[in-house]
Amino acid sequence: MEAIPLITPLDTDTVRRLRAGDRVTMSGVVYTARDAAHKRMIEAVEAGRPLPFPLEGQVIYYVGPAPAPPGWAVGPAGPTTSGRMDPYTPKLLELGLKGMIGKGTRSGKVIGAMERYEAVYFGAVGGAAALIAKSVIKTELVAYEDLGPEAIYRFTVSKLPLTVLIDSLGNNLYAQGPKVYRR
Amino acid sequence: MGEIRNVQIDIIEDAVKSLFLKANTSIGQDIYNALFDGLNKTEESPNGRDVLGQLLKNHDIAREEGVPICQDTGMAVVFLDIGQDVHITGGYIEEAVNRGVAAAYEEGYFRKSVVTDPLFDRRNTGDNTPAVIHTRIVPGRLLHIIVTPKGFGSENMSALKMLTPASGVEGVEEFVADTVIAAGPNPCPPTIVGVGIGGTMEKAAILAKRATLRPVNESHPESRYAELERRILERINRSGIGPAGLGGRITSLAVHIEYAPAHIAGTAVVVNLCCHACRHAQVTL
Ligand code: SF4
Repeated sequence: MEAIPLITPLDTDTVRRLRAGDRVTMSGVVYTARDAAHKRMIEAVEAGRPLPFPLEGQVIYYVGPAPAPPGWAVGPAGPTTSGRMDPYTPKLLELGLKGMIGKGTRSGKVIGAMERYEAVYFGAVGGAAALIAKSVIKTELVAYEDLGPEAIYRFTVSKLPLTVLIDSLGNNLYAQGPKVYRR
Repeated sequence: MGEIRNVQIDIIEDAVKSLFLKANTSIGQDIYNALFDGLNKTEESPNGRDVLGQLLKNHDIAREEGVPICQDTGMAVVFLDIGQDVHITGGYIEEAVNRGVAAAYEEGYFRKSVVTDPLFDRRNTGDNTPAVIHTRIVPGRLLHIIVTPKGFGSENMSALKMLTPASGVEGVEEFVADTVIAAGPNPCPPTIVGVGIGGTMEKAAILAKRATLRPVNESHPESRYAELERRILERINRSGIGPAGLGGRITSLAVHIEYAPAHIAGTAVVVNLCCHACRHAQVTL
């Protein structure tokens, strides 16, 4: 199965075509955010303050990278467990977020919001962090510098290898995949 | 009684530092081989094979370029077996261990993932200390150090249950398998499953952690336990969760049991999950 090349930001047509189980390679910009950054973004929304970056069509990568060694754009940068971001995610989807990259299962509420607002959840291989870092060609700090590895960075990625875990119809590879091999 | 042997504290600090530098950047050959065999022999699922291929490539990059295998370079866990005829000179051993940890995490460009207080001010300590240190006094005049940087994607999926003696072998089998299966993709499968059985609750927990350190190609020396390890592993791998949870044959690479004598009224069981990046290194001084 050939990987489907994707360029960010994502439009709704592209999102609609992707199906759970598709392998893709992503190029363009993705924003990093994990627990603390999500909390602050939601606080900003609730207080009516602008977000550190416009969400429309964007992709958030749940990652807290290691520091960049000399010669690297970023240190090892594999996905963290996405479920911890579930309480904050439906709001971000409502505001136009189109893609999320992480690992692990999502709540029913998140999947429901993904269907309603048409978004995709991609999986990067947990622990393949040095390999993933090789796909990151540029890192820029966007906001919340005081959070260290939890700050928001803009990653420019080239052919980041991903798998569609949950598509915009709610199909879930974590449910479908294991079923095929269960004995 | 043996003669007292003096060990300079700096030697311990340096050893801890180089062990963490090594453990975080190069996976054990046993795990590498198990992933390799998984890719080339066992795994049937295309997604599963893709994941195993990425993991092997990742290990190669980490080793060749001296970068961490995973961005979660973990909490620093250190096992110290100190011979009772060893006299440590020049400072306090736990401080030396923590200095070694801090130095490794700085020099290795490792992520610092430890906060001062679990509840109120989760402020990063900035150098990945303090380490979690388990010390034993053992016979002899040697000092054995094992370090294991423990990632929390898998640590968070660990579980404890105080079983009744009546639940028997089947009770243990079910609890261990259910814990791993319920964890699904979260602990970064394929996992190594450490199981501690018996003792008190904290004894079982430490046994479970130690069990994750055993090479994946070694089963328990006693046939009854070796057989139980095999049975639980099979049961887990029948779940179909597979590498990264995308579906496949290999959900866990090994189940390792360590046991201790138990109280007449109970059987403590702890499952400590370790991801495929089950990193450890050791030295005898
Ligand atoms: S569970 Fe292990 S492999 Fe997965 S992100 Fe954590 S440390 Fe890395």
